[in-house]
Amino acid sequence: MAEIRIQGARKEFGKVVAVKDVDLRIQQGEFVVLLGPSGCGKTTLLRCIAGLEQLDGGRIYFGERDVTDLPVRQRRISMVFQSYAVFPHMTVFENIAFGLRMQRRPDAEIQRRARSAAELLHIEDLLERYPAQLSGGQRQRVAVARAIAYDADVLLMDEPLSNLDALLRLEMRAELKRLLGALKTTVVYVTHDQVEALSLGDRIAVMRSGEILQVDAPLIVYDRPTAHFVGSFIGNPPMNFLPAQAVDGGAAARVEDTLIPLPGPIADALRRAGVSDLWLGIRAENIEPLTEALPGALPGRLLVAEPLGSHTLLTVQVGQAAIKVNAHPDAAFGADQPVWLRLNADKLRALDRASGRAI
Amino acid sequence: MTRRPAPPASRRLSRALVYLAAIVIALYIAGPIYLVAVLAFSPRDVVYGYPKPIVPTQISLETMAFFINSYGILDSVKNSVIVAVLTLGLSLAIGAPAGYALARYVFRGSDIYRILILSTRAFPVVILSIPLITAYITWGLDDTALGVALLHTAMALPTTILVTSSIFVGVSKDLEEAAMTMGCTRLGAFRRVALPLALPGLAASAIFTFVLSWNEVFAAAILTIQNQTLPARLIVQLNQSPIPFRFAGGLFILAPAIVFMLFARRYLFSLWGVKLR
Repeated sequence: MAEIRIQGARKEFGKVVAVKDVDLRIQQGEFVVLLGPSGCGKTTLLRCIAGLEQLDGGRIYFGERDVTDLPVRQRRISMVFQSYAVFPHMTVFENIAFGLRMQRRPDAEIQRRARSAAELLHIEDLLERYPAQLSGGQRQRVAVARAIAYDADVLLMDEPLSNLDALLRLEMRAELKRLLGALKTTVVYVTHDQVEALSLGDRIAVMRSGEILQVDAPLIVYDRPTAHFVGSFIGNPPMNFLPAQAVDGGAAARVEDTLIPLPGPIADALRRAGVSDLWLGIRAENIEPLTEALPGALPGRLLVAEPLGSHTLLTVQVGQAAIKVNAHPDAAFGADQPVWLRLNADKLRALDRASGRAI
Repeated sequence: MTRRPAPPASRRLSRALVYLAAIVIALYIAGPIYLVAVLAFSPRDVVYGYPKPIVPTQISLETMAFFINSYGILDSVKNSVIVAVLTLGLSLAIGAPAGYALARYVFRGSDIYRILILSTRAFPVVILSIPLITAYITWGLDDTALGVALLHTAMALPTTILVTSSIFVGVSKDLEEAAMTMGCTRLGAFRRVALPLALPGLAASAIFTFVLSWNEVFAAAILTIQNQTLPARLIVQLNQSPIPFRFAGGLFILAPAIVFMLFARRYLFSLWGVKLR
């Protein structure tokens, strides 16, 4: 168990910069998720932490240890691969015991710890089997058991659930959270699945094009994205972004022809920044759809209503933008009807339209 | 699911044609081998007789024994084995690391390297034979098993490298990396994970090399005088030998190739229940 400090980490593949001067500090025992679309550099960053890739710049520390130039085996990490990388020529037991054997532990200890790791993952009945005789979900469990069977300072996971089918993924996600929470290991977890990131992480680091855009607790990343990209990448549906103009020194925003009053902190920030072209960001569940006009409510036209059981997802055209709104499942909305949207001012985000960053 | 299934009648016909073609090819190859085998295990008078039997009438080791006990045969078998084992060892020792490098590392010019490997086969041994012999004589390698083995290694290397590279491509890089995260050095990860997984394929490749060397005639014939390998001796003797000698010799020299086919079939394609390639 150790704190991880990444300082100015940089990794280039030819002309492509996969990781651009990333700084990140991960507390001891913390579960941090690296989240981003494919090709954003999240796996490369993880492999740099593991030592499977050498940094082109910057340093990585585990606690007080500078591991930047250490080979993989001396970093005291364990890793779960997307492909599981379970050794096909060894039994499940030998797979799990591999790390302990490499540390030359006494035989009794190997037996005991490999078995207890297997029990944690509920695969103690499979110990004599070969991986070819296992299902994908069982192989996944072997991979995790193998990674937690020996003492490592840091546990690294590279999209461990992405090869499981949907139902198994849900089950395994909850189980991983319980298991890793109990182990109190420092975990760095890579995924492109925002739901996985929200459900698992103590903090989420959202990455794009080799840079970390925001590192925060899941609900903060969800509610208060610091960048347009973060809001549109996280959440289902993604955050709505309305083009707006700041008026009255930031006290209100004009969307189309409607004036929307802004809460004090945003108004202050807008005045200080002196920005007038804005994105107003708001989540679907923070918009109330109304059937008649109300002061401060945005007029729009309903395009589609999709009943989803727990709520009905409305798509509303406001000016040029298509806005997603969650409506109560019992509310009756018909296509093409005019609707007015009341935005929950406390949940509004104001972003600079030029930079895409929050103000 | 998008392709419409062909009408059953024509599909059955095309399937029948495939089987027919397979049977014809199998007979074309296996037929002569079978006939040679029948006569190689028939007694001498049957071999001399006419018409020759299609099914064995009497089984006897007389013909084989006659061949094996002929003057110089055992010596040349011994030479053949020595040369083939040397070739196998040398080509694996040089070829497997090269194949591994091609499979694992992206390096500048790796495509050109691949073509260069193959281009070594573009120079016929016939053209190289005179310079080779003079060079061998200066180095004192003429008429030695090592000399023949070196040339056989040169001939086997392109296939060894390309085959081993495709074997190592089939062993996922993740497996070695996983071993490294658990405390293996790069070499240790190779030895504990990649090598055992590649072993059946490497064995098949090794036997292929063995058979190549065992069957190679030209280089063996020009490079040796006293210490001939079996094919080099047979090429000289077969035409002037009695018929039983020819059948027995033919089968004897075929045998390793047949064993290889049986072995490779089993190990080249399947590996711990997982398809490797």
